[in-house]
Amino acid sequence: MDPTLQSVLLGLTVLFVLLHLAGFLIWVERRLLALMQDRLGPNRAGPFGLFIIVADIIKIFTKEDWTPPFADRPVFVLAPAIIMITALLGFTVVPFAPGLVVMDSNIGVLFFLAMSSMGIYSVILGGWASNSKYSLLGGLRMSAQMFSYEVFMGLALMGVVILAGSLNLSDIVEAQRGMWFVVPQFIGFVLFLIAGLAESHRLPFDMPEAESELVAGFHGEYSSMKFGMFFVGEYMGLTLISALIVTFFFGGWLGPGFLPPVVWFSLKTALFIGFFILLRAAIPRPRYDQLLAWGWKYLLPLSLVNLVATAVVVLIRHG
Amino acid sequence: MTLAFYIAAAVALAATFRAVTHADAVHALLYFIVSLLAAAVIFYILGAPFVAALEIIIYAGAIIVLFLFVVMLLHIGRGQRREERTWIRPRVWIGPAMLAAVLLAATVTVILAESPPAPYDLPQATAPSDIGVSLFGPYVVAVQLAALLLLAGLVGASHLRRHDKSTPLRAKGDPP
Repeated sequence: MDPTLQSVLLGLTVLFVLLHLAGFLIWVERRLLALMQDRLGPNRAGPFGLFIIVADIIKIFTKEDWTPPFADRPVFVLAPAIIMITALLGFTVVPFAPGLVVMDSNIGVLFFLAMSSMGIYSVILGGWASNSKYSLLGGLRMSAQMFSYEVFMGLALMGVVILAGSLNLSDIVEAQRGMWFVVPQFIGFVLFLIAGLAESHRLPFDMPEAESELVAGFHGEYSSMKFGMFFVGEYMGLTLISALIVTFFFGGWLGPGFLPPVVWFSLKTALFIGFFILLRAAIPRPRYDQLLAWGWKYLLPLSLVNLVATAVVVLIRHG
Repeated sequence: MTLAFYIAAAVALAATFRAVTHADAVHALLYFIVSLLAAAVIFYILGAPFVAALEIIIYAGAIIVLFLFVVMLLHIGRGQRREERTWIRPRVWIGPAMLAAVLLAATVTVILAESPPAPYDLPQATAPSDIGVSLFGPYVVAVQLAALLLLAGLVGASHLRRHDKSTPLRAKGDPP
């Protein structure tokens, strides 16, 4: 088949799967959280309460799509689109199986970092354009938080890049045939996990949103499908981070031969999505200034030490 | 590819023009981001994907976020927009624009006077490892100097942050 056509078809498949997965995750998250908190969760509509997704979607589409008169209209409309576009573009460099990647780029790692740094504009601009105090505070928090955590997110990955000797994600997976990188790069893995969590602003790090203090923060003024896009974009960011943790540290599609590579990749990714959801139920939100101080004072130096140590070890080994 | 280059260049020019002339700080920054993205596309077309990615990560992703942070922190509103509009009236920028036009005319004359370069194929995309090798090979002094400059900036920022012990700014319960 023509490679361009193949890429386009794969891209459309990824889009289809991701959008449905994001909807499915709404249900998964509620049920898992309920399990953690010894509740039942949504279990009325359909088998296991699965139709709650349909109900949610109908509700979100039929609500009034209201743009506040005091908002900056063009930016207000643009902001939710950015989070969807960047999250989806991030998936183009993720290899799902050997050869099954939309864009086999030799700067894959950098492309992902670029997309994740563009994605934060969604939250910042959404908070600013809403032109209300709480939203602005949410956007302000997001910009400082992202700025602090993005720096060592890239640095945490550099250890993996040194070991694999490539920025191409397929090469990184292939380099893990002998041993998954989580073993030699455990510090890098923990750092990337924390940074990824902060980057996707999920609950332990959801200071831009912080329902209890900022009344939903940056998306406080959003309604209907514009809110829905932030909502779905968050789940896509979560899926992207999980997929990348699997690719960078847990051998991507590699696994025993009795299951096809795509299944291994999906299983590992699902495991991490579940882990992130349980983390939400388990860890309280830290204070905002503590979060920033932690990032700069401990995690950034640690990632630098990890980078230098990895480089030294690789240099000695290859003499 | 040539067509893509001209499209990206046109977008970059238009976006930069709007970034300069827009009265609203955040809108101007948004146009600036578009301009940087267009520049990244041009780098990519010219066979420098690594530089293109860095352009997005560092300039569009980090530096503009810092600008936005400051704009939001100062909460620049409608009043400032009106003030800004009075500043960018034609009377103000007509002088600099004329001087810049003279420079542009001079540059165009020089370029036209030279014989046109032979058409060449677009270079192969540079691998990231080649950039690393050249950074830590022939250009290692430049890398060290840049590191020194950044260190100076870091020390300066840390010094500005230090305040007198007699004026306690810390909240109760903060680590010393």
